[in-house]
Amino acid sequence: MTSATLPASVDAMLELLTSRGYLAERSLATVTYLSLRMGRPLFLEGEAGVGKTEIAKVLSAALGRKLIRLQCYEGLDVSSAVYEWNSAAQMIAIRMAEAAGDTDREQLSSDIFADRYMIKRPLLQALEPDVAGPPVLLIDELDRADEAFEAYLLEILSDFQVTIPEFGTVKAPHPPIVIITSNRTREIHDALKRRCLYHWVDYPAADRELAIVKSRVPGISAKLSQQVVRFVQALRNQDFYKSPGVAETIDWATALSELDARSLTPEVVGDTLGALLKYQDDITRMQGDTLQKVLKEATSEN
Amino acid sequence: MAINHLAPEQTEQFADNIVGFARALRATGMPVGPGAVIDAMNALQVIDIGSRADVFTTLESIFVMRHEHALIFKQAFNLFFRASEEWKHMLDSVPLPDGAKKKPPAASRRVQEAMSQPRMTETPQHQEQDLRLSVSDKEILQKKDFAQMSAAEIAEALRAIEMMRLPQAELRTRRHQPDPRGLRLDMRRTLRASLRTGGDIIDIHRLGRIEKPAPIVALLDISGSMSEYTRLFLHFLHAIGDARKRVSVFLFGTRLTNVTRALRQRDPDEALASCSAAVEDWAGGTRIATSLHNFNKLWARRVLSQGAIVLLISDGLEREADSKLAFEMDRLHRSCRRLIWLNPLLRFGGFEAKAQGIKMMLPHVDEFRPVHNLSSIQELITTLSRPLPPHHRSLIRPAA
Repeated sequence: MTSATLPASVDAMLELLTSRGYLAERSLATVTYLSLRMGRPLFLEGEAGVGKTEIAKVLSAALGRKLIRLQCYEGLDVSSAVYEWNSAAQMIAIRMAEAAGDTDREQLSSDIFADRYMIKRPLLQALEPDVAGPPVLLIDELDRADEAFEAYLLEILSDFQVTIPEFGTVKAPHPPIVIITSNRTREIHDALKRRCLYHWVDYPAADRELAIVKSRVPGISAKLSQQVVRFVQALRNQDFYKSPGVAETIDWATALSELDARSLTPEVVGDTLGALLKYQDDITRMQGDTLQKVLKEATSEN
Repeated sequence: MAINHLAPEQTEQFADNIVGFARALRATGMPVGPGAVIDAMNALQVIDIGSRADVFTTLESIFVMRHEHALIFKQAFNLFFRASEEWKHMLDSVPLPDGAKKKPPAASRRVQEAMSQPRMTETPQHQEQDLRLSVSDKEILQKKDFAQMSAAEIAEALRAIEMMRLPQAELRTRRHQPDPRGLRLDMRRTLRASLRTGGDIIDIHRLGRIEKPAPIVALLDISGSMSEYTRLFLHFLHAIGDARKRVSVFLFGTRLTNVTRALRQRDPDEALASCSAAVEDWAGGTRIATSLHNFNKLWARRVLSQGAIVLLISDGLEREADSKLAFEMDRLHRSCRRLIWLNPLLRFGGFEAKAQGIKMMLPHVDEFRPVHNLSSIQELITTLSRPLPPHHRSLIRPAA
């Protein structure tokens, strides 16, 4: 029943994503389709705010699968990513056994390390069978975790199994759909990338970005949305420390729409620039001539 | 992982072409393993190979593992599977790489070289032997300026450098490991141990923080005036790179080159040879501000994220020193844990920061040290082994 719901071609994949409001480039739809068909994790790299995380959410919604998200951070370890024993409950169980006069150590040991004393974290949850089909596992911002954790992922991603010393090996009956994202604050080891399909998510082209703004900010006028997109695209050509992503474009368009702006003026842009640029140095650079120039570029021929 | 669905003779030709393409990619220096070739063939079975764009994306997602290789891949793909209306037919009948060299080049030199013939990699290096056998006893060698050493003395210095080891454990991470004096209780091990005695807790097991060496990022000036020092310093970085995993090395003259991977080869001479092969502007001019700008923009967030120490090795003689240089230095300073500037000019006793570039850079460094002889390198090691100050600067601060 699971594979029946999966799209059967790249076009179908593209349609599926579009139906959920995700306007993907064809190349992204192709690799997503491939990763579903080949059962391989999809490794997405790219600047922040280009829609890497979003695709996992959209996939899980469109396919009706559970979304399991593992947000990575420095110091992430097995007990918060895979499983942990509920020690308090185990202690009580031991005391109870003592009070009842049970002295069979083997029995006690197998009772204590049983499924019901285990706290399952995202990676283990993702290996469990689900009625709706294998879940979508999102491993978000893997570059934030340390190398040691990355090495641990190798076993899970190639065999979809976890070994727990007291318990045995847990293997997924059907591998989950895995999406890994990275913002490249650190290089991920090739060994891990080799197990995945790799794709670099780029900023969208102007017409696609325009379509995204229109679908995400419904009340926006045609003129304003066009100016917004032109302005952002012009900004990306500037030499900024951090160029605005699609998420920022949507934020900005929403902000302008909330302010009832009809078109871009120096005042309104100056007031809302913080929705687009996130570094003070970049904002300072945008004052004066640069702002005028980019603004002129964005509002011309309309 | 078997390949199926295709007629045998078709598969053979098809496979030949994919294998040929993989070989061509490998020749450009991209890491393409046999596993990737099998993956590629399997992947091409599930998509419609009538669409050139889809085949491109499919092969790219398998063969390209880092964004830097995307451009090389694109050029190689276009050269190998030449655009044509009968493109699907081409996939089955392209010639193997030898044929490619006759075609008009629409690609980078690197791809062309790789496709035409194997590159000459062996460049025999003759080192001049000093037969006078200078009697440099250890003491003198320690203090002698690298720039004034004879070939034999340099060889001796290199041996000394290879013996240098950086002490470990400076950075406390947030991961834990069993540690009898740790502060956290290890419930899992404590419980397991208690089961052995039928539930009585006898030993309490503890966890402590794992400590690991801080990453080191070195930025080496390779302009003409620095050449005597960079070579020896590269040896030093190679030696410490053996012991600590995270050492990133960048060389800059007029442009910035990342040689981290080249330097990872075991043999120091091979590592250095591949470093110089990677750099195009060895012993040319310097553009410190531009190089720092490129580093800040392209690499800082990727290599400085985990509390790195930056070693900047340069004489600071920048011709076009202006506020840009100060700005980039400030940014670099704010994004790392400690910025140490190693300057061979400090060997002169009466050194004064008179050059404009040096004046611009000095306010933004945590330490300013000489690096011209063995004893100064030894002192650097001592500095690096001292416990690190805690993070005292945040990355984001309003510009002054």
